[in-house]
Amino acid sequence: MDVLTPRSLDEALRLRAAHPDALPIQGGTDLMVDLNFDRRRPEALLNLNEVAELKGWSRENGVVRLGAGLTYTDAMSAKLAALLPAFSEASRTVGSPQIRNRGTIGGNLGTASPAGDALPPLLISECEVELQSVRGERRLALESFLIGPKRNALAPDELILAVRVRGGLGTQTFMKVGPRNAMVIAVVSLALGVDRERGVLSAAFGSAAPVATLVTAALDDVDSFPEQVAAAASPIDDVRGTGAYRRHALRVLVARALERCLTR
Amino acid sequence: MKIELIVNGEQCEADVWEGESLLYALRERLGLYGSKNACEQGECGSCSVLLDGSLVCACLVLAAQAEGHEVVTVEGLADANGLHPVQEAFVETGAVQCGFCTPGLVVATTELLRQNPDPSDDEIREALSGNLCRCTGYTKIFDAVRLAAQRA
Repeated sequence: MDVLTPRSLDEALRLRAAHPDALPIQGGTDLMVDLNFDRRRPEALLNLNEVAELKGWSRENGVVRLGAGLTYTDAMSAKLAALLPAFSEASRTVGSPQIRNRGTIGGNLGTASPAGDALPPLLISECEVELQSVRGERRLALESFLIGPKRNALAPDELILAVRVRGGLGTQTFMKVGPRNAMVIAVVSLALGVDRERGVLSAAFGSAAPVATLVTAALDDVDSFPEQVAAAASPIDDVRGTGAYRRHALRVLVARALERCLTR
Repeated sequence: MKIELIVNGEQCEADVWEGESLLYALRERLGLYGSKNACEQGECGSCSVLLDGSLVCACLVLAAQAEGHEVVTVEGLADANGLHPVQEAFVETGAVQCGFCTPGLVVATTELLRQNPDPSDDEIREALSGNLCRCTGYTKIFDAVRLAAQRA
């Protein structure tokens, strides 16, 4: 095994093109588990920790650009919580302080787990993914980037640079069901937004379909929205819960989240 | 591969396998057995260390990623004057039974009190949520954190 550690984005993209088998590693909170348990032995690892261009976030014309290396701890900052409340709340529910200090948004997208905590709140905020390779840059809607359980649309020579989301989209919240309040992989999760200005309800759920899924409706549909969202799910039975429970929990979460957002 | 890093204030060099964790490097290459190896998946917190001042699970950091960075383990907390106040508080309140989780909890508590010298019980619970103890029921650990905070 090789470890490649680029010191700039240009170098990272060149290495990525030259070593398409090298697995990108950021915080390592997913990948290191696979390495420790001998589940994966990649030819090489592309360590992105030293690429300064991937860190931090910025804001321009209402669009918030979150670098792929943004950690969940960064995401909990008061400034980001004001712009992207559901995303910030979701980040608070990830793992433990240790995990939130290392885990990154880019890693959550790269792993593309149906249970990825950052994905539902990004989906309700009109999220675009910035991808770059030596061939150039492209942007994909997050809905198009997530193509299956632990599968995404990243080309072998591409890296996830950042995500772009719209800040200040009305009232938002995030909820997650699990056996305790920390160290939980979601049994089911939900991000919900109420945008009174544009008359739109949006909900996105995790762990209840092959990919995190977005459902939108008109503001007038408040009463039927919990049912609409539950109907859009296709949950499976697994070690964490049954499909029937997940669908039921989702219906309850949407009703609660609507109440929370409409009374704020 | 060779990596160079600063551990507990000292420049170190370690010969590591490319896929190994920082925890393995600390324990097996550098002989620092304070950080414990249990779950190897970031669940238990017994390998908690500070990486550039940030609390992390050493089992989830690739050793090669620590190249050029600074690590503080539980061994780095005590100084010539004796135990760190957090360590003293753990001893005095009986927050230790089997002791396996203790190094991780001591490191996590040290970092909590650095950020928040007067934490509420909820804040303590949140800050230590990534550290499992199967003996104490956490009551004495809370006592230890409160005592260390009082003295600080």
